[in-house]
Amino acid sequence: MRARVLIRPKAGILDPQGIAVERALPALGFQGVGNVHVGRLVELDVEDPSQLDAMCRRLLANPLIEDYEIVADGQ
Amino acid sequence: MKLGVIRFPGSCDDVDAQLAAARVGEAVLLWHGDRDLHGVDAVIVPGGFSYGDYLRAGAIARFAPVMEEVVGFARAGGPVLGICNGFQVLCEAGLLPGALLPNVHLRFRCRQVGVRVVNTDTAFTRACEAGARLSIPCKHTTGRYYAPDDALDRLEADGRVVFRYEPGENPNGSARDIAGVCNEAGNVVGLMPHPEHAVDELCGGSADGLELFASAAVELA
Repeated sequence: MRARVLIRPKAGILDPQGIAVERALPALGFQGVGNVHVGRLVELDVEDPSQLDAMCRRLLANPLIEDYEIVADGQ
Repeated sequence: MKLGVIRFPGSCDDVDAQLAAARVGEAVLLWHGDRDLHGVDAVIVPGGFSYGDYLRAGAIARFAPVMEEVVGFARAGGPVLGICNGFQVLCEAGLLPGALLPNVHLRFRCRQVGVRVVNTDTAFTRACEAGARLSIPCKHTTGRYYAPDDALDRLEADGRVVFRYEPGENPNGSARDIAGVCNEAGNVVGLMPHPEHAVDELCGGSADGLELFASAAVELA
């Protein structure tokens, strides 16, 4: 199965990358942008999708500081 | 006394850490792929960019074969010091609480900082005077110490905050000015500033960093 894992900073943890992007967009003339957060995307082929959650907890994300979301390809 | 400094692909402060450790004892390098600590009495996980800091700082290094040995050594009470990237690795490995996030200003900070020793009852601060102010350099982009508020309260109540940036000198936005913490037993210590770069007045700006290495000698005496 082809899967995507979306990893983002946990809500409530200061995300300076998101803030930097949020401030840069109006400087280019894009108005009305808010609540920007920058995370990571991991794409992978897995034979056993039931292992994905453990992969996220043990390596792909640090659950103390990041939330993750597993998306099966095609969804 | 024999101190071992781990060398990962991407370590860059391993040689300075070895030179600093050699001021207080025999100092050897330990290879990341080696499942053997070669009988060292203390382990130093040095700064740098282990495995390119891919994914997250320290995330890959914590699975290095040598780290399995370090985890066992630490759990058995062996002294382990993590400096900068080494601190990140020890947090990722679950030997120390919390995590290191990108600096609040997103800039690489390289400068001498004032660091207060707030707990002298650890393997790496025993030779320090209580409340001593150390002048040592920091140099990092991912050094903002984070733990949830309730965890920070517990760390402070238990005396596990070992180093604090002096007021106004917090270089990265770390929670509660925390520069370094220890595990429950005090044998595992991590900090972002670099004591190994401050062991010589001539080129280190101060020799205050030696106190951490001298502390290991006291611990193991």
